[in-house]
Amino acid sequence: MDDIASLMGGFAVALSWYNVFLMMIGILLGVIIGVLPGLGGANGVAILLPLTFSMPPTSAIIMLSCIYWGALFGGAITSILFNIPGEPWSVATTFDGHPMAQKGRADEALTAAFTSSFVGALFAVIVITFLAPLVAKFALRFGPAEFFSVQFLTFASFIGMGRGSAPKTIASMCLGFALAAVGLDSVTGQLRMTFGFTDLLKGFGFLIAVIGLFGIGEMLNSMEEGLEFKGADGKLRLNAVLRTWAQLPRYWFTSLRSCLIGCWMGITPGGATPASFMSYGLAKRFSKQGDAFGKGTIEGVVAPETAAHAAGTSALLPMLTLGIPGSPTAAVLLGGLLIWGLQPGPLLFVEQKEFVWGLIASMYLGNIAGLIVVLTCVPLFAAILRVPFSIIAPAIMVICAVGAYTVNNAMFDVWVMVAFGIVGYTFNKLGYPLAPLVLALVLGDQAESSFRQAMLISQGSVTIFFSNALVASIMSLGLLMLFWPLLGSLLGTMRGAPRKVVGAKQ
Amino acid sequence: MLRYARSSLASASVALGILAALTQSATAQAWEPTKPVEFIVPAGTGGGADQMARFVQGVVAKHGLMKQPMVVINKPGGAGAEGFLEIKGANKDPHKIVITLSNLFTTPLGTGVPFNWKDLTPVGMLALDQFILWVNSEAEFKSAKAYLDAVKVGDDRKFKMGGTGSKQEDQIITVALERLTAPKKMTYVPFKGGGDVAVQLVGKHIDSTVNNPIEAVAQWRAGSLRPLCLFDAKRSTYTEKVTKDMAWSDIPTCKEAGIDVEYQMLRGVFGAPGISKEQVAFYVDLFRKVAATEDWKDYMEKGAYNQTMMSGDQFVSLFV
Repeated sequence: MDDIASLMGGFAVALSWYNVFLMMIGILLGVIIGVLPGLGGANGVAILLPLTFSMPPTSAIIMLSCIYWGALFGGAITSILFNIPGEPWSVATTFDGHPMAQKGRADEALTAAFTSSFVGALFAVIVITFLAPLVAKFALRFGPAEFFSVQFLTFASFIGMGRGSAPKTIASMCLGFALAAVGLDSVTGQLRMTFGFTDLLKGFGFLIAVIGLFGIGEMLNSMEEGLEFKGADGKLRLNAVLRTWAQLPRYWFTSLRSCLIGCWMGITPGGATPASFMSYGLAKRFSKQGDAFGKGTIEGVVAPETAAHAAGTSALLPMLTLGIPGSPTAAVLLGGLLIWGLQPGPLLFVEQKEFVWGLIASMYLGNIAGLIVVLTCVPLFAAILRVPFSIIAPAIMVICAVGAYTVNNAMFDVWVMVAFGIVGYTFNKLGYPLAPLVLALVLGDQAESSFRQAMLISQGSVTIFFSNALVASIMSLGLLMLFWPLLGSLLGTMRGAPRKVVGAKQ
Repeated sequence: MLRYARSSLASASVALGILAALTQSATAQAWEPTKPVEFIVPAGTGGGADQMARFVQGVVAKHGLMKQPMVVINKPGGAGAEGFLEIKGANKDPHKIVITLSNLFTTPLGTGVPFNWKDLTPVGMLALDQFILWVNSEAEFKSAKAYLDAVKVGDDRKFKMGGTGSKQEDQIITVALERLTAPKKMTYVPFKGGGDVAVQLVGKHIDSTVNNPIEAVAQWRAGSLRPLCLFDAKRSTYTEKVTKDMAWSDIPTCKEAGIDVEYQMLRGVFGAPGISKEQVAFYVDLFRKVAATEDWKDYMEKGAYNQTMMSGDQFVSLFV
């Protein structure tokens, strides 16, 4: 009950007029940052960090964390409307969110996304409030082998969700792995596949690839199909929020599972992006309407958004308790803590009670404020699709280019984005799925280094992946996921039942 | 003597260049930035260099030390080569400066990227960052000697040393330590950032690290890590208690512990090639003002940085 008293104290701190004002400013800035692709939460927070040095630490972290919440909300907007993920963790939201918008249901998709985000965040904050010390200890059990097992599980739970044929899915994934390998190999310190081009040193940025593949690719497709948005005829319905809310309780189980995946991935720290992919993959696998996924189902928006927001929020926990950031944005906030004279780490909860509980209270309030802000804007956002394509398309192109440039401040990246745009368009024409490529690009790098670190530790023995209960159970779960389609059909044949496809590849 | 740091840093010209710059700064300033200054960090967000650059940015903004804003930009690609090539390419552009770490020397060697620190204009040194040999506080080793002896008698590659990156400072120190445990070696496991390394040690996934003080101090204070020795010639000068019963100055040097290995890391600032003396003088003066603030002194103490190099004479004696 000590915690409750501390939390109430925190609310008292966070609810001062000054702090509430900063909270609203933070959310608004965050939404804008989230909408602009490339200018991610991490960059946004880093740019605004110096503004906060003259503020008291608690106010400063409230404003910055609200920018972070805002960015988490905002990332969904462009994913749904234009198929351009504003943030890496919104990629999975495009899979169903954009098809919904094309059917004229953009307002429903947005409402579902925002509400799920809120639910995910709320769940994560409650976990942080009551389980912080316990959960922090759990995170310590994650070494390289455990990390690899989590990444393996992400791949395994996602496999077979491509809409193309299996060989095309594999080809797409392999291309993703190859692209992820470009740049410095972190284990040997050697450069790989840069062919002497210094521009390739940093490898292919995930965000740049995504802006090109999805954003530019989508624009090229739209142009070919007649210079207009599908779904532009969607009527403006002011009661969209209420109508969507009436549907959401049906997906409570998906929601709960996504919350758990998100919290787990945020804390370990796997991050919001893999969390959203894994959650989407699992939702598709276990949903009764699995076939509807990818064609615009609300469940396909709920799953990734809930998980991403739960992960994004719980990523702050390892930062506060262990001093390791669970996400790039958390890394920048970590730098902020030091500048305000606070030492993140196990003692922060003891020495800086007011700060920690003020921050946690602001997570509750910031997310409520964020939900109100974005929900009131749903009709406005949905109305953007009514602007004629010929007016808005050039603007989107410019925003994409600026976004790609901002990631590393490099003109080369803009050309890379254009190249990825052409790849995206070609893939679409030839029926190759993009999702496996994107997944391999974002996780391939991490999975490779975790695997090789684990191999160094075990001196080359793969038994390390089954060396303790934790890693063994995650690996087994991953293997089960991977071979599920095979096992499913095998069981079906053995029972002599008609061969019913259980979550098999389409 | 295993003086890797010295030999790699031992360049009289760097020292003299920086020293010359320091003494020049007394003259009147003729130049000021006319647009925002980019402070390039050749490493990712959250690491030691990044923290320091953002801290400088914060101090500059808080005390209004510069009329134009300072913007921190991370260019971590190719072990920092991306950042160094950026500033090398910005010939005579006075609005770009770069914070350096050991990768100023190790990256060109390790990756073969066409870049040499001599290409840049030295502005000044902010501090020397220390390295400490850490083990988990539940480990049986109470001294550095005991740990290395265990490595010597144990199976080859049984003990795992975690560190940041590959072919960079942490691995250089590991190799230096392995000379003392020959023919037995440790297994060096590279991770992305110093914070990760410290947590991996707390979780006992590795046996030891050579983290910078600031990367591991939180875990030390919480009682999860134990410092064995400091890779410096002298003990730290910070005598204030950090944990219940220990101050930075209570950590023995490795030499005291019978391990003759020293390593420190230059946290310096360089400008683009070919910038004028007036421009260098501006930055030298700026960093002096930063170093004079209370904020900076606090920060130095928190990270147990070695500040002795800021003054002229000792500085030269170290390098020459």
